[in-house]
Amino acid sequence: MKKYIPVRFRNFSVLASSRAIWITVILMVLFLVVLVVSVGLGDIKIAPAEVFKSFFGTGSDLHNLVVRTFRLPRILLAAFAGAALAVAGAILQGIIRNPLASPDIIGLTSGASLTTVGFLAIFTTSDNALTVSINWLPLASFLGALLTGILVYRLSEKNGLSQFKIVLIGIGLAAGAEAVTNLIMVMGSIYIASRANIWLVGSVNGANWPEVVILMIWFFILFIMALLLSRRLNILELGDTITVSVGSSTSKDKKILLIISTALTGGAVAFAGGIGFVGLMAPHMARKLVGSAYGALIPVSALLGAMIVMISDLIGRTLFAPIEVPAGVFSAIIGAPYFIYLLYKSRNI
Amino acid sequence: MSILEAKDLSVSYGDTNILDELNLKIPKGKITVFIGKNGCGKSTLLSTFARITKPTKGSIILDGKSIAKISTKKIARELALLPQGPSAPEGMNVLQLVKQGRYPYQNWMKQWSREDEEAVSKALSVTGTAELADRPVEDLSGGQKQRVWIAMVLAQDTDTILLDEPTTYLDLSHQIEILDLLYDLNQNENRTIVMVLHDLNLACRYADHIVAIQDKHVFAQGAPEEIMSCDLVKDVFGMDVNIVNCPLFGTPMCIPYGKGRNVKEGRCTAVAY
Repeated sequence: MKKYIPVRFRNFSVLASSRAIWITVILMVLFLVVLVVSVGLGDIKIAPAEVFKSFFGTGSDLHNLVVRTFRLPRILLAAFAGAALAVAGAILQGIIRNPLASPDIIGLTSGASLTTVGFLAIFTTSDNALTVSINWLPLASFLGALLTGILVYRLSEKNGLSQFKIVLIGIGLAAGAEAVTNLIMVMGSIYIASRANIWLVGSVNGANWPEVVILMIWFFILFIMALLLSRRLNILELGDTITVSVGSSTSKDKKILLIISTALTGGAVAFAGGIGFVGLMAPHMARKLVGSAYGALIPVSALLGAMIVMISDLIGRTLFAPIEVPAGVFSAIIGAPYFIYLLYKSRNI
Repeated sequence: MSILEAKDLSVSYGDTNILDELNLKIPKGKITVFIGKNGCGKSTLLSTFARITKPTKGSIILDGKSIAKISTKKIARELALLPQGPSAPEGMNVLQLVKQGRYPYQNWMKQWSREDEEAVSKALSVTGTAELADRPVEDLSGGQKQRVWIAMVLAQDTDTILLDEPTTYLDLSHQIEILDLLYDLNQNENRTIVMVLHDLNLACRYADHIVAIQDKHVFAQGAPEEIMSCDLVKDVFGMDVNIVNCPLFGTPMCIPYGKGRNVKEGRCTAVAY
């Protein structure tokens, strides 16, 4: 079979890699398998066939309730949060030209954490009640990610947006934001601290449908924008000189892509908390599977990221049941060694 | 008839002047080589020609028009630059890299037209890299990598190709391989080649036109056999040399004075100017 297939239709033309197409299809099937298995597992075990019936509301009343009200929203939220973080990471790795770049590393997640914990501290009264609706929490975390993104951009913009400046400034801002977050938690009540802690690690417990729908729309809009810009990412990866030499613009493209990446991170963190390492692992695994062409890298990263968080959440809520362990704990248990492996591998560069 | 020209060109980084009111015309359809000491500004001149570095004063003229007034995509169809020591991202294979050279001809709809396909397969075959197309760039040897990067620049299908030290880090046989390839491109396809080279002997062998850069200016320019002299090398590099004719090509060859084994007189001495 041919390795590359030119696809041409009137003015439209792309060169598709058959390997990338196959891997995407296989991952989509795997995604569905993980989804069905994940929905079926828990206190009440439901067979895959019953799960399918309940998807369409034709299962038993109990199954319909468990599947449609409790499990599906949280699992889909996990999937979209993972996909968003993975695409954000894939974009950042392209702009920064470093496989170790991710939304966590350049401080977006920490910025979001700071505003979230700040929100809890400011609006919690002495008898542990919130003075404003908890529905504002996602907005607070989104603004945190966005502000950090703007700050990273503004500070590293002078004399051209160099990759080292983005990383160094990001790490600096992350450290600062984490210090302030810890300060708030130490000074605040134990109640705030424990509540903030669960959110900081990342958990999709208690998800509801409106959250899923908002995150889903948010994700797909940004995902399509990222796909449309994929050929610019391909060029940016060759370095600033070549980018200019072939007639693209380095700063303008980096700016737009940084905004997309920040918006994806903000969305994910707002609803699912600071699930770590997905933005690092998923795009890196995707690159191993389909190579560096962003047209394939973005969808494959999204599918892998979705599955990593779904599986982390599945383990978190079943392994030590009835105790719930936040999904972020398990993504970190796989992610931290992976990060060390990457560092070890790139030690000579 | 010159198509690429620097006019009263000044470039500075911060307070440091790199080039000062420099004037230079690049002869069309010829091989031009910039020579000069490390840090003399020859690489800066090359990157200013390619609009990577912005001039502080003066301008680069392409076909009679200042490049500051031409759209960057249009310039990308006229001239291409291969920087020194480029690096490909992890996991990128040869075909994908060479394909990136088609960027100035593509848009978000049209990403792989028949012209793109032809240009890329021609670039691969001319550089002898067609059989490497599926290999990851990071697995290639130094000489292969450089040929692949030249293929990418060729896919850009420009009349003028600028190269910054295309032979650095290569052993002598691969240096000759790359320079022969560029020579063929100039001879067979009439492409204008402008490059920075450190090896004066190879510069004299391949260049139609040599431009010696010194103290922010063009110190001398012309055909190697006309301008290469002991005085020129002394003035530009601060080094004493003897100039002989290459026994194979008849082009000038610089032999530096200095220390070393002297088997001619049967004893080791320094040979001074």
